Amino acid sequence: MRDVSVIGVGLTKFGELWDKSFRNLISEAGAKAIIDSGISGKEIDALYVGSMSAGRFVGQEHVGALVADASGFAHMNIPAIRVEAADASGALAFRQGYFSVASGMNDVVVIGGVEKMTDVVGGEATDTLATGLDQEWEAFFGGTLASTYAMIATRHMHNFGTTKKQLAQVAEKNHSNGAKNPYAQFKRAMPLESILNAPIEAYPLGMLDCAPVSDGASALILCATDKAKKYTKEPIKIIGTGQGSDSLALHGRKDLCTFQSTVKAAERAYKQAGIKPRDINVAEVHDCYTIAEILAIEDLGFVKKGEGGKAIDKKITTLDGKIPTNPSGGLKAKGHPVGATGVAQIAEIVMQLRGKAEQRQVKDAKIGLAHNVGGAGASCIVNILEAI
Amino acid sequence: MVDGAVPRFWREIPQRYNLEGNQCGSCKKIYFPPRESCPICRRKSMKNMDPIKLSGKGKVVTYTIVHTAPEKFEGQVPYPMAIIQLEEGPRITAQLVDVELDKVKIGMKVEKTFRKIQQDGHIGAIYYGYKFKPERG
Repeated sequence: MRDVSVIGVGLTKFGELWDKSFRNLISEAGAKAIIDSGISGKEIDALYVGSMSAGRFVGQEHVGALVADASGFAHMNIPAIRVEAADASGALAFRQGYFSVASGMNDVVVIGGVEKMTDVVGGEATDTLATGLDQEWEAFFGGTLASTYAMIATRHMHNFGTTKKQLAQVAEKNHSNGAKNPYAQFKRAMPLESILNAPIEAYPLGMLDCAPVSDGASALILCATDKAKKYTKEPIKIIGTGQGSDSLALHGRKDLCTFQSTVKAAERAYKQAGIKPRDINVAEVHDCYTIAEILAIEDLGFVKKGEGGKAIDKKITTLDGKIPTNPSGGLKAKGHPVGATGVAQIAEIVMQLRGKAEQRQVKDAKIGLAHNVGGAGASCIVNILEAI
Repeated sequence: MVDGAVPRFWREIPQRYNLEGNQCGSCKKIYFPPRESCPICRRKSMKNMDPIKLSGKGKVVTYTIVHTAPEKFEGQVPYPMAIIQLEEGPRITAQLVDVELDKVKIGMKVEKTFRKIQQDGHIGAIYYGYKFKPERG
Protein backbone atom coordinates (compact mmCIF):
# COMPACT_ATOMS: atom_id res chain seq x y z
CA MET A 1 0.00 0.00 0.00
CA ARG A 2 1.32 3.44 -0.90
CA ASP A 3 0.14 6.87 0.26
CA VAL A 4 -2.58 8.61 -1.71
CA SER A 5 -3.52 12.29 -1.72
CA VAL A 6 -6.33 14.47 -3.00
CA ILE A 7 -4.88 17.00 -5.43
CA GLY A 8 -8.00 18.57 -6.91
CA VAL A 9 -11.60 19.37 -5.99
CA GLY A 10 -14.58 20.50 -8.04
CA LEU A 11 -18.16 21.25 -7.04
CA THR A 12 -21.27 22.52 -8.73
CA LYS A 13 -23.66 24.65 -6.75
CA PHE A 14 -26.27 22.41 -5.06
CA GLY A 15 -29.98 23.15 -5.43
CA GLU A 16 -32.98 22.79 -7.68
CA LEU A 17 -31.00 23.28 -10.88
CA TRP A 18 -33.71 23.00 -13.50
CA ASP A 19 -31.48 24.23 -16.33
CA LYS A 20 -28.82 21.57 -15.70
CA SER A 21 -28.98 17.89 -16.68
CA PHE A 22 -27.30 14.92 -15.00
CA ARG A 23 -24.45 15.02 -17.51
CA ASN A 24 -24.09 18.84 -17.34
CA LEU A 25 -23.62 18.59 -13.58
CA ILE A 26 -21.01 15.85 -13.45
CA SER A 27 -18.96 17.18 -16.35
CA GLU A 28 -18.91 20.65 -14.73
CA ALA A 29 -17.68 19.25 -11.39
CA GLY A 30 -15.14 16.98 -13.12
CA ALA A 31 -13.70 19.77 -15.26
CA LYS A 32 -13.31 22.03 -12.20
CA ALA A 33 -11.48 19.26 -10.29
CA ILE A 34 -9.12 18.55 -13.21
CA ILE A 35 -8.29 22.25 -13.62
CA ASP A 36 -7.82 22.62 -9.85
CA SER A 37 -5.38 19.68 -9.79
CA GLY A 38 -3.22 20.74 -12.70
CA ILE A 39 -3.28 17.31 -14.34
CA SER A 40 -4.05 16.85 -18.01
CA GLY A 41 -6.81 14.52 -19.23
CA LYS A 42 -4.21 12.12 -20.69
CA GLU A 43 -2.93 11.31 -17.20
CA ILE A 44 -6.21 9.88 -15.90
CA ASP A 45 -6.01 6.13 -15.31
CA ALA A 46 -9.62 5.52 -14.23
CA LEU A 47 -12.86 7.16 -13.23
CA TYR A 48 -15.04 6.16 -10.25
CA VAL A 49 -18.47 7.71 -9.90
CA GLY A 50 -21.05 7.42 -7.13
CA SER A 51 -24.73 7.66 -8.03
CA MET A 52 -27.52 6.25 -5.90
CA SER A 53 -30.32 5.91 -8.39
CA ALA A 54 -29.80 7.48 -11.80
CA GLY A 55 -32.09 4.70 -13.03
CA ARG A 56 -35.06 6.05 -11.12
CA PHE A 57 -34.22 9.74 -11.00
CA VAL A 58 -33.37 10.21 -14.69
CA GLY A 59 -34.10 6.79 -16.20
CA GLN A 60 -30.43 6.21 -16.98
CA GLU A 61 -28.17 3.35 -15.96
CA HIS A 62 -24.68 2.61 -17.30
CA VAL A 63 -23.55 5.70 -15.45
CA GLY A 64 -19.81 4.96 -15.57
CA ALA A 65 -19.66 5.12 -19.35
CA LEU A 66 -22.06 8.08 -19.46
CA VAL A 67 -19.88 10.13 -17.14
CA ALA A 68 -16.69 9.28 -19.03
CA ASP A 69 -18.40 10.26 -22.29
CA ALA A 70 -19.97 13.47 -20.97
CA SER A 71 -16.58 14.49 -19.55
CA GLY A 72 -14.88 14.05 -22.92
CA PHE A 73 -13.00 10.81 -22.24
CA ALA A 74 -14.90 8.42 -24.52
CA HIS A 75 -12.19 8.51 -27.20
CA MET A 76 -9.57 7.63 -24.57
CA ASN A 77 -11.54 4.56 -23.50
CA ILE A 78 -10.62 4.98 -19.84
CA PRO A 79 -12.02 2.49 -17.33
CA ALA A 80 -15.18 4.03 -15.82
CA ILE A 81 -16.82 2.45 -12.77
CA ARG A 82 -20.14 3.34 -11.15
CA VAL A 83 -20.40 2.59 -7.41
CA GLU A 84 -23.60 2.34 -5.38
CA ALA A 85 -24.41 2.21 -1.67
CA ALA A 86 -27.61 4.32 -1.48
CA ASP A 87 -26.67 7.82 -0.29
CA ALA A 88 -23.19 6.59 0.71
CA SER A 89 -22.37 5.98 -2.97
CA GLY A 90 -20.05 9.01 -3.16
CA ALA A 91 -17.75 8.11 -0.29
CA LEU A 92 -17.71 4.51 -1.48
CA ALA A 93 -16.60 5.60 -4.97
CA PHE A 94 -13.82 7.59 -3.25
CA ARG A 95 -12.80 4.53 -1.21
CA GLN A 96 -12.66 2.30 -4.28
CA GLY A 97 -10.60 4.88 -6.17
CA TYR A 98 -8.29 5.20 -3.17
CA PHE A 99 -7.71 1.41 -3.16
CA SER A 100 -6.87 1.43 -6.86
CA VAL A 101 -4.15 4.06 -6.38
CA ALA A 102 -2.89 2.67 -3.05
CA SER A 103 -2.47 -0.73 -4.70
CA GLY A 104 -0.14 0.72 -7.32
CA MET A 105 -2.46 -0.21 -10.19
CA ASN A 106 -3.39 3.41 -10.94
CA ASP A 107 -1.49 6.68 -10.40
CA VAL A 108 -4.21 9.24 -11.04
CA VAL A 109 -7.97 8.68 -10.75
CA VAL A 110 -11.01 10.92 -10.91
CA ILE A 111 -13.74 10.45 -8.30
CA GLY A 112 -17.18 11.80 -9.11
CA GLY A 113 -20.49 11.93 -7.29
CA VAL A 114 -23.73 13.05 -8.90
CA GLU A 115 -27.49 13.03 -8.54
CA LYS A 116 -30.21 14.79 -10.48
CA MET A 117 -33.25 14.49 -8.20
CA THR A 118 -35.65 17.17 -9.46
CA ASP A 119 -36.44 15.60 -12.83
CA VAL A 120 -39.08 13.43 -11.11
CA VAL A 121 -42.39 14.72 -9.80
CA GLY A 122 -44.57 14.18 -6.77
CA GLY A 123 -43.62 11.47 -4.33
CA GLU A 124 -41.17 9.76 -6.68
CA ALA A 125 -38.14 11.23 -4.88
CA THR A 126 -39.51 10.03 -1.50
CA ASP A 127 -40.12 6.55 -2.96
CA THR A 128 -36.65 6.43 -4.49
CA LEU A 129 -34.95 7.49 -1.25
CA ALA A 130 -36.84 4.64 0.45
CA THR A 131 -35.08 2.15 -1.85
CA GLY A 132 -32.11 2.54 0.52
CA LEU A 133 -34.30 0.80 3.11
CA ASP A 134 -35.68 -2.74 3.00
CA GLN A 135 -38.31 -2.59 0.23
CA GLU A 136 -40.02 -5.84 1.19
CA TRP A 137 -40.21 -5.41 4.97
CA GLU A 138 -40.17 -1.65 5.63
CA ALA A 139 -41.19 0.39 2.58
CA PHE A 140 -43.94 -2.07 1.50
CA PHE A 141 -45.79 -1.30 4.75
CA GLY A 142 -45.58 2.49 4.35
CA GLY A 143 -42.13 3.18 5.78
CA THR A 144 -40.11 6.08 4.38
CA LEU A 145 -36.54 7.19 4.99
CA ALA A 146 -37.91 10.03 7.14
CA SER A 147 -40.15 7.69 9.15
CA THR A 148 -37.19 5.40 9.83
CA TYR A 149 -35.00 8.24 11.15
CA ALA A 150 -38.04 9.54 13.05
CA MET A 151 -38.29 6.19 14.87
CA ILE A 152 -34.61 6.53 15.81
CA ALA A 153 -35.35 10.04 17.13
CA THR A 154 -38.35 8.84 19.19
CA ARG A 155 -36.19 6.17 20.82
CA HIS A 156 -33.23 8.54 21.36
CA MET A 157 -35.57 11.00 23.12
CA HIS A 158 -36.95 8.15 25.24
CA ASN A 159 -33.54 6.75 26.22
CA PHE A 160 -31.54 9.93 26.68
CA GLY A 161 -33.98 12.83 27.08
CA THR A 162 -32.96 14.38 23.76
CA THR A 163 -35.42 17.17 22.89
CA LYS A 164 -37.09 18.42 19.74
CA LYS A 165 -35.42 21.75 20.45
CA GLN A 166 -31.97 20.13 20.38
CA LEU A 167 -32.83 18.55 17.02
CA ALA A 168 -33.89 21.97 15.73
CA GLN A 169 -30.65 23.50 17.02
CA VAL A 170 -28.69 21.12 14.77
CA ALA A 171 -30.58 22.51 11.76
CA GLU A 172 -30.13 26.07 13.03
CA LYS A 173 -26.35 25.57 13.32
CA ASN A 174 -26.07 23.98 9.88
CA HIS A 175 -28.11 26.73 8.24
CA SER A 176 -25.87 29.30 9.92
CA ASN A 177 -22.85 27.55 8.36
CA GLY A 178 -24.59 27.08 5.01
CA ALA A 179 -25.20 30.84 4.86
CA LYS A 180 -21.41 31.19 4.49
CA ASN A 181 -21.06 28.57 1.74
CA PRO A 182 -21.35 29.77 -1.87
CA TYR A 183 -22.18 26.21 -3.03
CA ALA A 184 -25.09 25.73 -0.59
CA GLN A 185 -28.69 25.19 -1.64
CA PHE A 186 -29.95 27.17 1.36
CA LYS A 187 -27.53 30.06 1.67
CA ARG A 188 -29.38 31.57 4.59
CA ALA A 189 -29.78 31.36 8.35
CA MET A 190 -32.98 29.80 9.68
CA PRO A 191 -34.56 31.00 12.94
CA LEU A 192 -35.03 28.29 15.58
CA GLU A 193 -38.78 29.05 15.83
CA SER A 194 -39.30 28.42 12.10
CA ILE A 195 -37.56 25.04 12.39
CA LEU A 196 -39.57 24.09 15.48
CA ASN A 197 -42.87 25.20 13.94
CA ALA A 198 -42.40 23.65 10.49
CA PRO A 199 -45.08 21.14 9.38
CA ILE A 200 -44.43 17.60 10.58
CA GLU A 201 -42.78 15.23 8.09
CA ALA A 202 -42.72 12.19 10.37
CA TYR A 203 -43.12 12.87 14.08
CA PRO A 204 -40.94 14.02 15.83
CA LEU A 205 -39.16 15.31 12.70
CA GLY A 206 -40.47 18.43 10.98
CA MET A 207 -39.84 19.48 7.38
CA LEU A 208 -36.85 21.58 8.48
CA ASP A 209 -35.25 18.63 10.28
CA CYS A 210 -34.86 17.02 6.84
CA ALA A 211 -32.23 17.56 4.16
CA PRO A 212 -33.78 18.79 0.91
CA VAL A 213 -34.15 17.12 -2.48
CA SER A 214 -31.25 18.48 -4.55
CA ASP A 215 -29.36 18.38 -7.81
CA GLY A 216 -25.60 18.58 -7.81
CA ALA A 217 -22.25 16.99 -8.47
CA SER A 218 -18.79 16.92 -6.99
CA ALA A 219 -15.42 15.57 -8.06
CA LEU A 220 -11.95 14.90 -6.68
CA ILE A 221 -8.61 13.97 -8.23
CA LEU A 222 -6.60 11.35 -6.35
CA CYS A 223 -2.90 10.82 -6.97
CA ALA A 224 -0.13 8.73 -5.45
CA THR A 225 1.41 11.06 -2.84
CA ASP A 226 4.97 10.58 -4.13
CA LYS A 227 3.84 11.88 -7.53
CA ALA A 228 1.49 14.56 -6.19
CA LYS A 229 4.18 17.24 -5.74
CA LYS A 230 4.51 17.36 -9.50
CA TYR A 231 1.04 18.91 -9.66
CA THR A 232 0.39 20.75 -6.42
CA LYS A 233 2.07 22.35 -3.41
CA GLU A 234 -0.78 21.35 -1.15
CA PRO A 235 -1.70 17.67 -1.50
CA ILE A 236 -4.12 16.51 1.18
CA LYS A 237 -3.20 13.02 2.30
CA ILE A 238 -5.74 10.27 2.97
CA ILE A 239 -4.62 8.80 6.30
CA GLY A 240 -7.51 6.48 7.10
CA THR A 241 -10.53 4.88 5.52
CA GLY A 242 -13.11 2.56 7.04
CA GLN A 243 -16.39 1.01 6.04
CA GLY A 244 -19.11 -0.91 7.85
CA SER A 245 -22.45 -2.50 7.07
CA ASP A 246 -25.46 -3.54 9.14
CA SER A 247 -28.94 -5.02 8.72
CA LEU A 248 -30.76 -3.39 5.81
CA ALA A 249 -33.89 -2.84 7.94
CA LEU A 250 -33.67 -0.75 11.11
CA HIS A 251 -35.72 -3.36 12.99
CA GLY A 252 -32.92 -5.88 12.47
CA ARG A 253 -30.73 -4.09 15.04
CA LYS A 254 -30.66 -4.51 18.82
CA ASP A 255 -29.70 -0.92 19.57
CA LEU A 256 -31.83 1.55 17.60
CA CYS A 257 -29.82 4.54 18.84
CA THR A 258 -26.43 3.46 17.47
CA PHE A 259 -25.26 2.90 13.91
CA GLN A 260 -22.80 0.02 14.37
CA SER A 261 -21.82 0.58 10.73
CA THR A 262 -20.52 4.02 11.77
CA VAL A 263 -18.88 2.74 14.95
CA LYS A 264 -16.98 0.06 12.99
CA ALA A 265 -16.15 2.26 9.98
CA ALA A 266 -14.74 4.89 12.36
CA GLU A 267 -12.81 2.35 14.42
CA ARG A 268 -11.16 1.03 11.24
CA ALA A 269 -10.38 4.51 9.90
CA TYR A 270 -8.96 5.76 13.24
CA LYS A 271 -6.83 2.61 13.50
CA GLN A 272 -5.32 3.07 10.04
CA ALA A 273 -4.68 6.76 10.75
CA GLY A 274 -3.25 5.99 14.19
CA ILE A 275 -5.34 8.71 15.80
CA LYS A 276 -8.20 9.14 18.31
CA PRO A 277 -11.51 10.95 17.84
CA ARG A 278 -10.14 13.91 19.85
CA ASP A 279 -7.47 14.46 17.17
CA ILE A 280 -10.09 15.44 14.58
CA ASN A 281 -10.14 19.22 13.96
CA VAL A 282 -13.10 19.37 11.58
CA ALA A 283 -15.81 16.92 10.52
CA GLU A 284 -18.42 16.65 7.80
CA VAL A 285 -21.09 14.19 8.99
CA HIS A 286 -24.17 12.72 7.35
CA ASP A 287 -27.04 14.88 8.67
CA CYS A 288 -29.77 13.73 6.27
CA TYR A 289 -32.03 14.36 9.28
CA THR A 290 -31.11 16.35 12.38
CA ILE A 291 -31.18 13.21 14.54
CA ALA A 292 -28.58 11.70 12.20
CA GLU A 293 -25.99 14.34 13.17
CA ILE A 294 -26.64 13.64 16.86
CA LEU A 295 -26.13 9.92 16.26
CA ALA A 296 -23.03 10.59 14.13
CA ILE A 297 -21.14 12.65 16.70
CA GLU A 298 -21.83 9.92 19.29
CA ASP A 299 -20.92 6.99 17.04
CA LEU A 300 -17.75 8.72 15.79
CA GLY A 301 -16.65 9.07 19.42
CA PHE A 302 -16.74 12.89 19.58
CA VAL A 303 -19.12 12.66 22.57
CA LYS A 304 -20.42 9.79 24.72
CA LYS A 305 -23.51 7.83 23.64
CA GLY A 306 -26.59 9.79 24.66
CA GLU A 307 -24.73 13.12 24.90
CA GLY A 308 -25.31 14.13 21.26
CA GLY A 309 -28.26 16.37 22.09
CA LYS A 310 -26.43 18.10 24.92
CA ALA A 311 -23.42 18.70 22.65
CA ILE A 312 -25.59 21.14 20.71
CA ASP A 313 -26.45 23.05 23.89
CA LYS A 314 -22.76 23.13 24.83
CA LYS A 315 -21.84 24.42 21.33
CA ILE A 316 -19.21 21.71 20.88
CA THR A 317 -19.98 21.39 17.16
CA THR A 318 -20.19 25.05 16.09
CA LEU A 319 -17.56 26.60 13.79
CA ASP A 320 -15.52 27.75 16.81
CA GLY A 321 -16.38 24.73 18.98
CA LYS A 322 -14.21 21.81 20.08
CA ILE A 323 -15.11 19.68 17.03
CA PRO A 324 -16.64 21.92 14.35
CA THR A 325 -19.16 19.71 12.55
CA ASN A 326 -20.61 20.39 9.13
CA PRO A 327 -18.95 23.74 8.41
CA SER A 328 -20.30 23.41 4.85
CA GLY A 329 -23.86 23.55 6.16
CA GLY A 330 -24.13 19.78 6.01
CA LEU A 331 -26.68 17.90 3.98
CA LYS A 332 -29.30 20.03 5.73
CA ALA A 333 -28.29 23.42 4.31
CA LYS A 334 -25.75 22.66 1.60
CA GLY A 335 -28.18 20.19 0.02
CA HIS A 336 -28.23 16.42 -0.48
CA PRO A 337 -27.94 15.26 -4.10
CA VAL A 338 -27.55 11.75 -2.73
CA GLY A 339 -24.77 10.31 -4.91
CA ALA A 340 -22.81 13.57 -4.82
CA THR A 341 -22.92 14.01 -1.05
CA GLY A 342 -20.07 11.74 0.04
CA VAL A 343 -17.66 13.27 -2.51
CA ALA A 344 -18.75 16.81 -1.63
CA GLN A 345 -18.11 16.16 2.07
CA ILE A 346 -14.51 15.18 1.27
CA ALA A 347 -14.19 18.23 -1.03
CA GLU A 348 -15.20 20.43 1.93
CA ILE A 349 -12.63 18.73 4.18
CA VAL A 350 -9.94 19.30 1.52
CA MET A 351 -10.87 23.01 1.27
CA GLN A 352 -10.78 23.26 5.08
CA LEU A 353 -7.36 21.56 5.31
CA ARG A 354 -6.00 23.81 2.56
CA GLY A 355 -7.19 26.77 4.64
CA LYS A 356 -9.32 27.96 1.72
CA ALA A 357 -12.82 27.65 3.17
CA GLU A 358 -13.18 31.43 3.43
CA GLN A 359 -15.88 32.62 5.84
CA ARG A 360 -16.58 29.11 7.10
CA GLN A 361 -12.89 28.26 7.69
CA VAL A 362 -12.19 26.27 10.85
CA LYS A 363 -9.07 27.72 12.50
CA ASP A 364 -5.87 25.64 12.27
CA ALA A 365 -7.60 22.60 10.80
CA LYS A 366 -4.96 19.94 10.14
CA ILE A 367 -6.94 16.66 10.34
CA GLY A 368 -10.48 16.29 9.01
CA LEU A 369 -13.04 13.50 8.88
CA ALA A 370 -15.89 12.81 6.44
CA HIS A 371 -18.76 10.47 7.39
CA ASN A 372 -21.25 9.24 4.77
CA VAL A 373 -24.23 6.96 5.54
CA GLY A 374 -26.35 4.84 3.21
CA GLY A 375 -30.06 4.37 3.92
CA ALA A 376 -30.78 4.24 7.63
CA GLY A 377 -27.28 3.12 8.56
CA ALA A 378 -26.95 -0.16 6.63
CA SER A 379 -23.77 1.26 5.05
CA CYS A 380 -21.27 3.73 6.41
CA ILE A 381 -17.95 5.02 5.12
CA VAL A 382 -15.55 7.16 7.14
CA ASN A 383 -12.51 8.83 5.57
CA ILE A 384 -9.82 10.81 7.38
CA LEU A 385 -7.52 13.31 5.65
CA GLU A 386 -4.52 15.35 6.76
CA ALA A 387 -2.74 18.43 5.50
CA ILE A 388 0.94 17.62 4.77
CA MET B 1 -43.05 0.93 -3.65
CA VAL B 2 -42.76 0.13 -7.35
CA ASP B 3 -45.50 -1.68 -9.17
CA GLY B 4 -44.43 -5.25 -9.54
CA ALA B 5 -45.34 -8.51 -11.22
CA VAL B 6 -47.74 -10.57 -9.13
CA PRO B 7 -45.26 -13.29 -8.04
CA ARG B 8 -43.23 -10.72 -6.13
CA PHE B 9 -46.16 -10.25 -3.75
CA TRP B 10 -47.72 -13.70 -4.02
CA ARG B 11 -44.62 -15.48 -2.72
CA GLU B 12 -44.62 -13.39 0.47
CA ILE B 13 -48.24 -14.32 1.35
CA PRO B 14 -47.37 -16.80 4.15
CA GLN B 15 -45.32 -14.12 5.88
CA ARG B 16 -47.53 -11.11 5.25
CA TYR B 17 -50.88 -12.84 5.89
CA ASN B 18 -49.91 -15.27 8.64
CA LEU B 19 -46.65 -14.00 10.14
CA GLU B 20 -44.84 -17.17 9.18
CA GLY B 21 -41.21 -17.01 10.27
CA ASN B 22 -38.74 -19.82 10.78
CA GLN B 23 -36.63 -21.34 13.52
CA CYS B 24 -33.05 -22.55 13.44
CA GLY B 25 -33.03 -26.28 14.20
CA SER B 26 -29.60 -25.89 15.78
CA CYS B 27 -29.82 -22.91 18.19
CA LYS B 28 -33.65 -22.55 18.17
CA LYS B 29 -33.51 -18.81 17.43
CA ILE B 30 -36.63 -17.58 15.61
CA TYR B 31 -36.49 -15.32 12.54
CA PHE B 32 -38.99 -13.10 10.79
CA PRO B 33 -39.01 -12.83 7.84
CA PRO B 34 -37.70 -16.39 7.42
CA ARG B 35 -34.01 -16.74 6.52
CA GLU B 36 -32.27 -19.26 4.30
CA SER B 37 -29.84 -19.97 7.09
CA CYS B 38 -29.15 -18.88 10.67
CA PRO B 39 -26.47 -16.13 10.80
CA ILE B 40 -25.16 -17.61 14.07
CA CYS B 41 -25.11 -21.34 13.21
CA ARG B 42 -24.48 -20.86 9.48
CA ARG B 43 -23.76 -24.20 7.74
CA LYS B 44 -25.15 -26.21 10.70
CA SER B 45 -28.51 -24.55 10.04
CA MET B 46 -28.61 -25.19 6.28
CA LYS B 47 -31.72 -27.26 5.41
CA ASN B 48 -32.49 -27.20 9.11
CA MET B 49 -34.71 -24.10 9.26
CA ASP B 50 -38.28 -24.97 10.30
CA PRO B 51 -41.32 -22.80 9.50
CA ILE B 52 -43.08 -21.41 12.55
CA LYS B 53 -46.18 -19.25 12.81
CA LEU B 54 -45.76 -16.32 15.18
CA SER B 55 -48.43 -15.32 17.70
CA GLY B 56 -48.63 -11.73 16.50
CA LYS B 57 -48.37 -10.33 20.01
CA GLY B 58 -45.71 -7.83 20.93
CA LYS B 59 -44.69 -4.43 22.28
CA VAL B 60 -43.90 -1.12 20.59
CA VAL B 61 -40.14 -0.42 20.74
CA THR B 62 -40.34 2.91 18.91
CA TYR B 63 -42.76 4.73 16.63
CA THR B 64 -43.42 7.72 14.40
CA ILE B 65 -46.47 9.40 12.91
CA VAL B 66 -46.04 9.68 9.13
CA HIS B 67 -47.40 12.91 7.62
CA THR B 68 -45.54 12.88 4.29
CA ALA B 69 -46.10 9.49 2.69
CA PRO B 70 -45.33 7.74 -0.57
CA GLU B 71 -48.11 8.28 -3.14
CA LYS B 72 -49.73 4.92 -2.42
CA PHE B 73 -50.11 5.74 1.25
CA GLU B 74 -51.21 9.38 0.85
CA GLY B 75 -54.84 8.49 1.56
CA GLN B 76 -53.82 7.07 4.94
CA VAL B 77 -51.89 10.02 6.45
CA PRO B 78 -51.30 10.73 9.23
CA TYR B 79 -50.56 7.13 10.17
CA PRO B 80 -48.40 5.62 12.91
CA MET B 81 -45.54 3.29 12.01
CA ALA B 82 -43.76 1.30 14.69
CA ILE B 83 -41.05 -1.22 15.32
CA ILE B 84 -42.64 -4.04 17.29
CA GLN B 85 -40.81 -6.55 19.44
CA LEU B 86 -42.73 -9.82 18.96
CA GLU B 87 -42.96 -12.11 21.98
CA GLU B 88 -41.00 -14.82 20.13
CA GLY B 89 -38.05 -12.46 19.66
CA PRO B 90 -38.02 -10.96 16.15
CA ARG B 91 -38.71 -7.27 15.57
CA ILE B 92 -40.79 -6.01 12.64
CA THR B 93 -41.86 -2.71 11.11
CA ALA B 94 -45.61 -2.19 10.67
CA GLN B 95 -48.39 0.36 10.80
CA LEU B 96 -50.48 0.73 13.94
CA VAL B 97 -54.28 1.00 13.50
CA ASP B 98 -57.41 1.42 15.65
CA VAL B 99 -55.54 3.75 18.00
CA GLU B 100 -55.70 7.50 18.72
CA LEU B 101 -52.46 9.07 17.48
CA ASP B 102 -51.70 10.63 20.87
CA LYS B 103 -52.18 7.28 22.63
CA VAL B 104 -49.27 5.63 20.78
CA LYS B 105 -46.49 4.99 23.31
CA ILE B 106 -43.23 3.06 23.62
CA GLY B 107 -43.96 -0.15 25.52
CA MET B 108 -47.65 -0.41 24.53
CA LYS B 109 -48.87 -3.96 23.96
CA VAL B 110 -50.12 -4.65 20.45
CA GLU B 111 -51.40 -7.56 18.38
CA LYS B 112 -51.50 -8.41 14.70
CA THR B 113 -54.51 -7.62 12.55
CA PHE B 114 -55.08 -8.40 8.86
CA ARG B 115 -55.55 -5.32 6.66
CA LYS B 116 -55.22 -3.88 3.20
CA ILE B 117 -51.72 -2.37 2.87
CA GLN B 118 -51.70 -0.75 -0.59
CA GLN B 119 -52.84 -1.18 -4.19
CA ASP B 120 -51.53 -0.67 -7.72
CA GLY B 121 -53.64 2.24 -8.95
CA HIS B 122 -57.40 1.87 -9.53
CA ILE B 123 -57.37 -1.37 -11.47
CA GLY B 124 -54.23 -3.12 -10.22
CA ALA B 125 -53.68 -5.74 -7.53
CA ILE B 126 -54.59 -5.02 -3.90
CA TYR B 127 -51.94 -6.05 -1.40
CA TYR B 128 -52.89 -7.25 2.08
CA GLY B 129 -50.82 -7.98 5.13
CA TYR B 130 -50.28 -7.27 8.80
CA LYS B 131 -50.85 -4.12 10.77
CA PHE B 132 -50.94 -3.98 14.57
CA LYS B 133 -53.62 -2.70 16.98
CA PRO B 134 -53.67 -2.23 20.75
CA GLU B 135 -54.02 -5.60 22.49
CA ARG B 136 -57.50 -6.20 23.85
CA GLY B 137 -58.06 -6.89 27.52
